[in-house]
Amino acid sequence: MLDDIDRRILRRWQADPDMTAADLAAAIGLPAATVARRIERLREAGVLRGVHSVIDWTALGYAVEVSLRVQLDKTAPRAFDTFMAAARKVPEVTEMQTFLGRVDLRLTVIARDMAHWQSLYRDAILTLPHIAEIEALMHVATVKTDQTLPI
Amino acid sequence: MEPLDPKDRAILRVVQTNATLSAGAVGRAVGLSQPAAWRRLRRLRDTGVLRGRELSLDLEKLGFGVTVFLGIKLATRGRVSLDDFERAVSAIPEVRRVDHVLGRYDYRLRVTARDLPDFERVLRRRIMALPGVGEVEANVLLSEERLPGPI
Repeated sequence: MLDDIDRRILRRWQADPDMTAADLAAAIGLPAATVARRIERLREAGVLRGVHSVIDWTALGYAVEVSLRVQLDKTAPRAFDTFMAAARKVPEVTEMQTFLGRVDLRLTVIARDMAHWQSLYRDAILTLPHIAEIEALMHVATVKTDQTLPI
Repeated sequence: MEPLDPKDRAILRVVQTNATLSAGAVGRAVGLSQPAAWRRLRRLRDTGVLRGRELSLDLEKLGFGVTVFLGIKLATRGRVSLDDFERAVSAIPEVRRVDHVLGRYDYRLRVTARDLPDFERVLRRRIMALPGVGEVEANVLLSEERLPGPI
């Protein structure tokens, strides 16, 4: 489905997502119109879901990041849907994943400081429905973040 | 930086979902003129609130059908150099993100593989061979969503 040109565009773009279609065209050595058309086609095919700006929450005063590993009480009907709908309403939840494994769900939760975290945890997290077990991993540092794939 | 006002927050919400919009288009979306939107975007970038852009790709369509989150506990803490572990784990191309965490595990990894046999190869030959690696827990990603966060 993808040809060489698509792959070259995605490889280049992944390495530097700040590039515009014109930048990409210049870097790859193709007409800008061709690159723009290819990008449009990748979007239509659903390969490219979007280009997002990344917010640095620490720059906004959120110093604490916690990875919450949740096991749900699966005997409750629609436990996943109910839990997820409620978690989406907590503004400090920035990511949510579901898994096959020991952990059912994972949330990334940010807080301004430990006092804020404590009140969030008590009032907004532990009150989420159908939690059987919950475990927190406190984020210390990101060692590697590499969103590039060997396409 | 000075606290965000409602217009800043509206801008962040817009560019979070679409980073390719021009300042004029962002302005129209939030009710600001092009120069006013441009000034605010530049300030958000200069103060580090907007950290850059990220492509959202459909990994499955690109042939990477399996994403696994790993929790890793180091076996002999104190004796193993964290630097050695971090250097070795960061060098594995399939490991796309490494976070140092506090809690039940010492590190949290995001691994992308073509399929389950490919993941098994990475796990056995690369992850289990890391210096100082102890308990490893794997959870296979089923679904993932990013949420706007507290803006």
